[in-house]
Amino acid sequence: MKLFCGIDVGSAATKAVLITGSLEVQGRGLCPSGADFSAAARQVFDAALAGVGAGEADVEAIVSTGYGRTNVDFATARRTEIDCHARGAYHHFKRAITVVDIGGQDNKIIQLDAAGKCLKFAMNRKCAAGTGAFLEEMALRLNVPIDKLSKMAENSAAPGVSIGSYCTVFAMTEILSKVRAGVKTEDLARAALVSVAKRLLETQAIVTDIVATGGVVAHNPVLRDILKEILKTEVHIPPHPQHIGAFGAALVAASEQKE
Amino acid sequence: MSEKKLEQKKIASVKTFKKIMADHFLQIDAAARDPGRKVAWCTSVGPAELLQGFGFEVYYPENHAAILGSTRTATDYIPYANAAGYSPEICSYLTADVGAYMQGFTPLTKVYGIEKIPKPDVLVYNTNQCRDVQDWFMWYSREWKVPCVGIETHRGVGAVTKVHIDSIAGQLQDLAGKLEKIAGHPLDMDRFKQSVELSRRCSELWDKVLRAGTAVPSAITFFDGTIHMGPAVVLRGLQVAVDYYQELLVEMEARVQNKVAAVAGEKHRLYWEGMPVWGKLRNLSMQFLELQTCVVASTYCNSWIFNQLDPDEPFESMARAYTELFIVRSDAVKEDYIARMCADYRVDGFFYHNARTCPNNSNSSYGMPQRLTERTGKPHLVIDGDLNDLRCYSEEQAKTNIEAFVEQLAQAT
Repeated sequence: MKLFCGIDVGSAATKAVLITGSLEVQGRGLCPSGADFSAAARQVFDAALAGVGAGEADVEAIVSTGYGRTNVDFATARRTEIDCHARGAYHHFKRAITVVDIGGQDNKIIQLDAAGKCLKFAMNRKCAAGTGAFLEEMALRLNVPIDKLSKMAENSAAPGVSIGSYCTVFAMTEILSKVRAGVKTEDLARAALVSVAKRLLETQAIVTDIVATGGVVAHNPVLRDILKEILKTEVHIPPHPQHIGAFGAALVAASEQKE
Repeated sequence: MSEKKLEQKKIASVKTFKKIMADHFLQIDAAARDPGRKVAWCTSVGPAELLQGFGFEVYYPENHAAILGSTRTATDYIPYANAAGYSPEICSYLTADVGAYMQGFTPLTKVYGIEKIPKPDVLVYNTNQCRDVQDWFMWYSREWKVPCVGIETHRGVGAVTKVHIDSIAGQLQDLAGKLEKIAGHPLDMDRFKQSVELSRRCSELWDKVLRAGTAVPSAITFFDGTIHMGPAVVLRGLQVAVDYYQELLVEMEARVQNKVAAVAGEKHRLYWEGMPVWGKLRNLSMQFLELQTCVVASTYCNSWIFNQLDPDEPFESMARAYTELFIVRSDAVKEDYIARMCADYRVDGFFYHNARTCPNNSNSSYGMPQRLTERTGKPHLVIDGDLNDLRCYSEEQAKTNIEAFVEQLAQAT
């Protein structure tokens, strides 16, 4: 069986996806990126291969993407995560869409036309506002495990609570003042997720349905409703949203092989 | 994945460039130490020709600040100026230069063996670059107790009218009166007119050099331009600059004739709007080289073209040249200019550098990129960064954005 692999070395997590020439997903891998991107890439690649019961020789092409894309020395080509998230999302929603990827350290908003071509894209500015890193800081301040943030936000009874500042440090100060004022943790958890959606709102005008990808959406299902409310548009989540970048990279590997 | 080793196309005239720039700094250093000679500091688009008419040796601190940037020493010294009350949000040329002075540092020591920056007899600004140049010069004026005089520009100028020209020409004439007292002798009109004439010739040649970027493939890159514009900034009004650009033009014309590409295998052509990121010129240049993308033109390098200068009307033509320049014009005029450049240079997209400490020379904050994309059909990319303060620049983000933008351009072709 001929396989094609995409490896997405993100700032927080590294993902791998193996597909066949007919673009069917055969295996996935996931691990924290840590400090050694090459080792993380190798780890997810091996994990994905092991899941399929295949060997490295079965893989025709490997495309790397993400922050650590240049660290994958066994990749045959590389692409930016912008291109890969766009391709991965478009594969599931073949129409004019806006891909919103909320990653560990950056956000991407990518507008695609009906043929899947990138019309424009924007990333968040230098600061961590609106990213997974922002949520991690907020969770730490609220003393809530990051994987429980979404669940807590679902139980918020006061959706009007908000965080005004887009600076992570200022936002934490704001959280402290609200904690002192007796605002419930559930409401502050929701406010943190609303803040993420508001940062997206100001990044680039969104004129189509959204396809949300990335680890933050994967781990915070309540974010879908919040995005829908704040961005005032339909929000779709593809299967395995955290792996969409790697999946897109695998699609590139398969398409380049055909060419 | 094996990486190809890429090499930048060398410009042979750089040998002459290095010599005349070294001579410039050594000459000013000698003048500053000679009680019989006078030194004037001048902003980069200040009235250099007038100062030369009075016989001043002219020193350009913006050029010095850019050297602090390109030698990646600026970010080390900016904090000292910040601590002295000059905000991290204001011009990082100012903060780098003042901070370096406070710490007794100049990159000229390492490059030319010059101990310190030249103490001036007068500081002369034109606020056409920004208000920060005035604040910058005033700091040194207080430090050294030397006079600081200048021209207050018009801003947001649509059509340039007689009112604008009369106002600036009048200020130039008033300035001449002040400079006469400082120089201790009257203006030498012949020398002044000669300087205006040489400045114009320098401009015309520099314009022609830059137009080597209209060729396909382009014979020159924006990054080449940021280096080779040096004489147009600090030696205009002098024969040496004219001679230099004649030499460089011959080299560029030969490249065009022989279809020598500045970026081998040129696939995409971009326009750069905004300041350079001085400390990252080489990294950016290499990234574009790898992506087979040539930045063929820029507003920045074209900002030292003053073809309006006329020795028969020195004051009026200087007023016109220094008012018609891009930086002080209305957004409508700026957009027309960039759209024209886009057509002339056959660019595929626009790159905007949003320099954190230089809002006056960043044009991405009031919807211009979106308007120009709509008007020309060419996509744009905005990168956050800074001219000198590398604390404001995320190299990884910039790299990913540039790579993704080139992927977008490739999809469009």
